[in-house]
Amino acid sequence: MRRRALTITSLIASVAFALAGCSPGAPSDEPKTLKVVYQKTDSFTALDTMFKSAKQEFEAAHQGVTVDLQPVQANDDDYGTKLALALRSPSTSPDVFYEDTFKVRSDVDAGYLLNLDSHLKEWKDWDTFDDGAKAAGLGDDGGTYAVPVGTDTRAIWYNKKVLAAAGVSLPWQPHTWQDILDTARKIKASNPSIVPFNLYAGKATGEGTVMQSFYELLYGTGSELYDADAKKWVVGSAGFKDSLSFLKTLYEEKLSVSPAEALDANVWKKVFGEWLPQAKMGATVEGSYSPSFWQKGGSYEWPGYVDDMGVAAFPTQKGQAPGGVSMSGGWTLAVGASTKAPDLAFDFLTTALNQKNSLAFNIASSQIAVRKDVAADAGYQAANPFVKDVSKLVSVTHYRPATSDYPRISAAVQEATEAVITGTQSVEQAAAGYDAAVKGLVGDDKTVRK
Amino acid sequence: MRPWVRLLPVAPAVVLLLVFLAGPVLWAFQASLTNASLTGRNARSPVWVGLENYGRLLSDPVLPLSLALTVLFVGGSAVLGQNLLGLAIALLMTRARRSVSAAVGTAVVAAWVLPEIVAAFAAYAYFSRDGTLNQLLGGIGLGRPDWLYSFPMVAIMLANVWRGTAFSMLVYRAALNDVPSEVTEAAVMDGAGGWQRLAFITLPMIRGSIATNLMLITLQTLAVFTLIWVMTAGGPSNASTTLPVLAYQEAFKFGDIGYGTAVASVLILIGVVFGAAYVRLLRDPRP
Repeated sequence: MRRRALTITSLIASVAFALAGCSPGAPSDEPKTLKVVYQKTDSFTALDTMFKSAKQEFEAAHQGVTVDLQPVQANDDDYGTKLALALRSPSTSPDVFYEDTFKVRSDVDAGYLLNLDSHLKEWKDWDTFDDGAKAAGLGDDGGTYAVPVGTDTRAIWYNKKVLAAAGVSLPWQPHTWQDILDTARKIKASNPSIVPFNLYAGKATGEGTVMQSFYELLYGTGSELYDADAKKWVVGSAGFKDSLSFLKTLYEEKLSVSPAEALDANVWKKVFGEWLPQAKMGATVEGSYSPSFWQKGGSYEWPGYVDDMGVAAFPTQKGQAPGGVSMSGGWTLAVGASTKAPDLAFDFLTTALNQKNSLAFNIASSQIAVRKDVAADAGYQAANPFVKDVSKLVSVTHYRPATSDYPRISAAVQEATEAVITGTQSVEQAAAGYDAAVKGLVGDDKTVRK
Repeated sequence: MRPWVRLLPVAPAVVLLLVFLAGPVLWAFQASLTNASLTGRNARSPVWVGLENYGRLLSDPVLPLSLALTVLFVGGSAVLGQNLLGLAIALLMTRARRSVSAAVGTAVVAAWVLPEIVAAFAAYAYFSRDGTLNQLLGGIGLGRPDWLYSFPMVAIMLANVWRGTAFSMLVYRAALNDVPSEVTEAAVMDGAGGWQRLAFITLPMIRGSIATNLMLITLQTLAVFTLIWVMTAGGPSNASTTLPVLAYQEAFKFGDIGYGTAVASVLILIGVVFGAAYVRLLRDPRP
C-alpha cells in the first residue's frame, strides 16, 4: 500500500513537472510590443543612445505600444551570428534590427527582411537620403529592404608628431606603395621602437583585415575580388600576389606590428588606445569612425587627436588613377519579415532615423551621414574635424561583393594574409591556396582568371 | 505491480533526456545531411544533399589537422595530464598532514569551481604576451615566449590540466579511501616497496574508478570549446582548431549549418567510440 502511494505521488509529481513547461503564454490583451535588436559594445554606445531616444519619442506618440530594446553585447562577427540565429525563427525574430550592409542581400535571399518599398513611398524623408547610400539596402530583386544609418570610408591615419620627428614633411600624402615603404623605413631608422605603418593581417582581426588593409591594396592594383558583371570570383590575379607581397615586406622588415600582435584579436584596441595616442605608431589604415574612439565620451578619450592626427588617402599601387583607394561599409536598419506589426515597426524605424536622431548618432559615432540634411548641418561638420577629408573618399571607395559566399571568401583572404605574414607560406603558395579555396567554395565555373 | 508502473517515476528524466539530449543529436545528424545555412537562399529552403557534407569533410585539409589536435588535446591534457596529476595528488594527500592536504585540495578545486569562461580569461591573462607567466619568466631572466602565438596547444593543454585536475583528484581520493588498509599492511609485511604496492595493490583495486574517471574526463575534454575559443580562437593558422572549434567556425562564422553539424556528428561519433571502449573496460572482470 505504501508503495502504491509512493508511485501515485511520483506519478502526479512527474505530470505536474511536465505540465509546468507548458504554462500558457502572455495574455493577448497586453499592449503591443516591438522588439528591437542592435549591437552595443563598451566602445560603441551611440546606437544605444539613439534607440533610447527613439523609444521615448515613439512611445509618447503611440499610446499602448512598448518598445523592447534588446542590445546585444558582441563584436561584429558574433553580433551577426546571434542576429542570424534569432532571424531563423519567427518566434525569436526581432521587429526592427541593426543590419550590416554586406549581409543585406544574403539575408533578403534567406527571407529574413521585409520589403519596404510601399512604406518608403509614403515617407517623405526618404528623398533626403543619398542615392549611393540607398543602394546599400537593395535586394537582388531591386526592392529596398533596409534603410542606411550611416556609412564609412577607410583612410590612413597618421601621427603628425611621429612623422615630423622622422623628418617627413607634413601634411603627408603618399602617392604610391613605394612612398609608404620609404616613409615607414625612414620612421624605423629614426626610432626603432616605433611601429611605422600598421596594416592588419590574419584571421584574428576578421573583416578588419580585409576592410582596413588587404582591399586597400588589392583595389589599388586595378584588380578586384569579384567581377560583378560576369558574377564570377577573380582568381590568379597579379594584383592579389602584389598585395600579399606588400604585406610580407611590411611584416618582414618589422615596419608593422609583430605577427604575434597582429594575430591577437584585440590588436586594434592597442592601436587606438595606446600606440597612436602615445606616439608609438606612425600610421595605420582605419575607418572614418576612428575619431569616435578619441572624442569626448569615446572609449579611448584623447583630446590631443585633433592636433596630433592627420588623414591621408590610401594610394594606388603605382599612383595610377583615380589616385586613391577606400573601402566602405556601413550599417542599416531593417524590419523583420515575420513581424506582426509591419506598420508600427516601420514607424519606429523612421523615428529612429529622423533628422534629429540621425544627426546625434552620426556625430557620436563619427559616421559619414547618409541624409543630406544631416550632412549639411553645421553641428555635424563642426563636431568632427576630419569629416571633410574622410567624406571626400566616397568618390574613390569600393563596396564588398555582398553575396552569400562572401564570408567564406573573406575568410580565405584573411587566411592567405596570415600565412604570408607568419612566413608559413610564400606569396605564391598563399595565392594558390586562395585560388584553390575559392574554386572549392563556389565551383570552377564561377571563377575567372584575370 | 507491473514493471511499467515501476518505471513511471523515471519518466520525466527519460523525457527530458530525449528532448534535450537525443533531440539535438538527431537534429544535428539530420541537419548534416542538408545544405542548411544561416543566411542566403539555403536558409529559406535547405535541401537534402545526402552525404555530400561528409564527402567534403574528407577532402577538407583542415580535418586531419583538427582530428590530430583533438586527439593530442584529449590524450595530453585529459588522459595523461589530468588523470596522472589527479592520481598523484590524491596519493600524496593520503600521506600528507591534514592541513597540507586541505590546502592543496582547496587550491586544486578552486580552478575547477570557476565557470569555464572565467577560467578561460584567467588562463588567457596568464599566458598572454605581458601575462603573469611571462612576467615570472622575465623576472628570473628567462625569455618571454609568446605562448598563445608560438605554442598555442601547449598553453591550452596546460590550462585544461589546471582547470580539470580537481575532478580526477576527487575521484581518486574517494577511491583510495576505499582501499582497505589491511591489504596494504599485509603487502608491507610481505616486503613490498612503495612502487610495488602502488602497481600490484592500489591500482588494481581502484581499476573501476580509473575507467570511470577516464571516460568522464575524456568526454568532458572532447567537448571543451570556451577555453580554446577565448585563448586562441583556434589560431594562429588553425594551430589550435580542435573539432568543436572547427564545428563552431563552420556553422556560425561561415553560416554553413549543414557542414558544421557534419563536423559535430564526427565529434559525437568519436565520443561514442571512446565511451564504448571505457564501458567495456569497466565491465571486464578482473583477470
